[in-house]
Amino acid sequence: MPEFETDSNLVQEYKYGFFTDIETDTIPKGLNEEVIAIISAKKNEPVWMLEWRLKAFRRWQKMKNPDWAFLDMPEIDFQDIHYYSAPKEAVDMKDMDPELLKTFERLGIPMGERDALSGVAMDVVFDSVSVGTTHKEMLEELGIIFCSISEAIQEHPELVKQYLGTVVPPGDNFYAALNSAVFTDGSFCYIPKGVTCPVELSTYFRINAADTGQFERTLIVCDDNATCSYLEGCTAPARDTNQLHAAVVEIVALENADVKYSTVQNWYAGDEEGKGGIYNFVTKRGHCRGRKSKISWTQVEVGAAITWKYPSCVLEGDGSVGEFYSVAFTNNHMQADTGTKMIHVGKNTSSTIISKGISAGKSSNNYRGLVKVVEGAANARNHSICDSLLIGRDCSANTFPYIESEDDSAHLAHEATTSTISEDQLFYLKSRGLSEEDAASMVVKGFCKDVFKKLPLEFSVEAIKLLEIKLEGSIG
Amino acid sequence: MSYLQIKNLHARTGDIEILKGVNLEINKGEVHALMGPNGSGKSTLSSVIMGHPDYEVTEGDILLNGESILEMDPDERALAGLFLCFQYPVAIPGVSISNFMKKAVDARHPEGKAPAGPFLKEMRENMEYLDMDKAFANRGLNEGFSGGEKKRMEILQMMMFKPSIAIMDETDSGLDIDALQVVAKGVNKMRGPDLGLLVITHYERILTYINPQFLHILMEGKIVMSGGPELVKTLEEKGYDWVREQIAVTA
Ligand SMILES: Nc1ncnc2c1ncn2[C@@H]1O[C@H](COP(=O)(O)OP(=O)(O)O)[C@@H](O)[C@H]1O
Ligand SMILES: [Mg+2]
Repeated sequence: MPEFETDSNLVQEYKYGFFTDIETDTIPKGLNEEVIAIISAKKNEPVWMLEWRLKAFRRWQKMKNPDWAFLDMPEIDFQDIHYYSAPKEAVDMKDMDPELLKTFERLGIPMGERDALSGVAMDVVFDSVSVGTTHKEMLEELGIIFCSISEAIQEHPELVKQYLGTVVPPGDNFYAALNSAVFTDGSFCYIPKGVTCPVELSTYFRINAADTGQFERTLIVCDDNATCSYLEGCTAPARDTNQLHAAVVEIVALENADVKYSTVQNWYAGDEEGKGGIYNFVTKRGHCRGRKSKISWTQVEVGAAITWKYPSCVLEGDGSVGEFYSVAFTNNHMQADTGTKMIHVGKNTSSTIISKGISAGKSSNNYRGLVKVVEGAANARNHSICDSLLIGRDCSANTFPYIESEDDSAHLAHEATTSTISEDQLFYLKSRGLSEEDAASMVVKGFCKDVFKKLPLEFSVEAIKLLEIKLEGSIG
Repeated sequence: MSYLQIKNLHARTGDIEILKGVNLEINKGEVHALMGPNGSGKSTLSSVIMGHPDYEVTEGDILLNGESILEMDPDERALAGLFLCFQYPVAIPGVSISNFMKKAVDARHPEGKAPAGPFLKEMRENMEYLDMDKAFANRGLNEGFSGGEKKRMEILQMMMFKPSIAIMDETDSGLDIDALQVVAKGVNKMRGPDLGLLVITHYERILTYINPQFLHILMEGKIVMSGGPELVKTLEEKGYDWVREQIAVTA
């Protein structure tokens, strides 16, 4: 069990809120078929890809921005966004723009050879392009493909064609359709049969340029008996306008494959008055296609003005397993509506949900989840735990657990609690010499422990530090 | 001048006055026992000394080493050398004992961070002394603990934090004889010229292990009688009714 070493000297302000001044290649604001053609051309895409995008775009035009999550937000003008922005300088790692390198250093991202031993293979997506992938040779030797989705479209078109859009079809929802039309970059991972990926595959997303949207598209395929762990982190500069991040992540797990996907989402959340911040509208879904396959989502959500995301699992293979572990922290005027869907289709499938929501300030933090057992999905099992912790009196937390069971053999258990940090707990810890803030932070970290322990070790230390920074100033 | 001085202390919660003029002085090196019937205000007195926000001090003062601590927050009082063994310690789920202990020991360290090696060694030794299993350090603080485990945990903290004044609020209540002996063992190891102890109890039983030099009797928010070790015996024989009669006579 990790010892959660803590560093209370970290500052509370958004540490990644700086802007990097580099020359960019940005296409004018607006969205139409021509813009999509430009994006596709800039990425040297084959014709089938452009057609796929255009088809998605035409569907999107017929769709409506959904309002069922009751988010309090102004209408988004989709013509007022840049859909492509890329650093102008060459993106080869060897002669990367020194400003960009500096950015990565400030973000603590290992990019050079010196980090070849760090146990993490890293891809970085800066605005709309991927700027470098480490550990490439070692992965290639194992037959693992880990590159940007743009590169995969060119280098591995058969694989991309076979799997892209098969888990989240372009018409799935409004933002998935938009993403399918204009996605600019993201990661592609393919783990061949029988291979256990020896390093964490990691992607770092950063929105840098103003008024750009980021449309990440990630596709992870784990073939029979293969295993991998993928990590994703994200940041953006502090700006007083809202920016859109609409991602689609698809995971395919074939027979006996095991995929672990972890996110630390730290997009800029806006200021204390709720001005600015990222709109984080994400569709993440995994498909346990093979027998005994397993997909596990772990997320630590501490940023973004509005988050709207439900990493889900379709458990089709017999005996497949889906997991969702989530910590979502909201403060000030942040709004989070997050949860998961577990769709039990195969026989003897099981799923586990642990959601820990912490709300502070004037924020609102909702858990929304669906556990569905279709007819014939014999012996499906689900265990859900949804706990909410309130800090202060002006925030809110809600839990919306939907259960639809069409099979009598299902065993579904749901537990939910809502609590505040109790005066007695605070007094107990303070009487031991801990300050009010340290005491509250300790209670919160304890509250989240069951989720943090699911993260890869180094990542969990980072995530805990991050949560501590976020907690400072939200207590008392 | 005594190290801890409680002067004419009145305290209330809401409209209820619970402490009605408590006077008590404790020096380092001394062991005092405080006894009194249920509801007489013993836990309230400990909470007020530690600075619990539920209670308001309406009159009187509490001085530690000559300085009033009434304006200090509980964490400041703790760092100034006060320690309270809670009658009902609360659980902090998910916070491991080792993690919590490290934080609390760090808070007392002049550089803000105690070196991990000596800390772990000391904790292991103290746990062994209190018959606590090593694996215990990984458990959540007071999470699902039995009564005896909770009390050992309180004593372990007292041993690690090395207070100058410690108040033990009915640490002996509900313990079987083995656990009681372990608690007494911890207390006896701690006692010495650097520690002043206030042992609050309901039963004389623990006093035969601890041997206090002074005994005070609290009734209805006031200390109504004080004496030396001989008073323990008298109280044991004659009970609180005798105390009540005595007060009536002197009143
Ligand atoms: N927070 C509180 N709110 C209301 N009444 C209280 C509170 N704390 C203590 N009391 C009351 O004050 C009296 C003394 O309680 P306490 O200090 O716990 O006694 P003891 O520890 O001697 O049994 C009791 O009548 C109790 O009900
Ligand atoms: Mg009591």
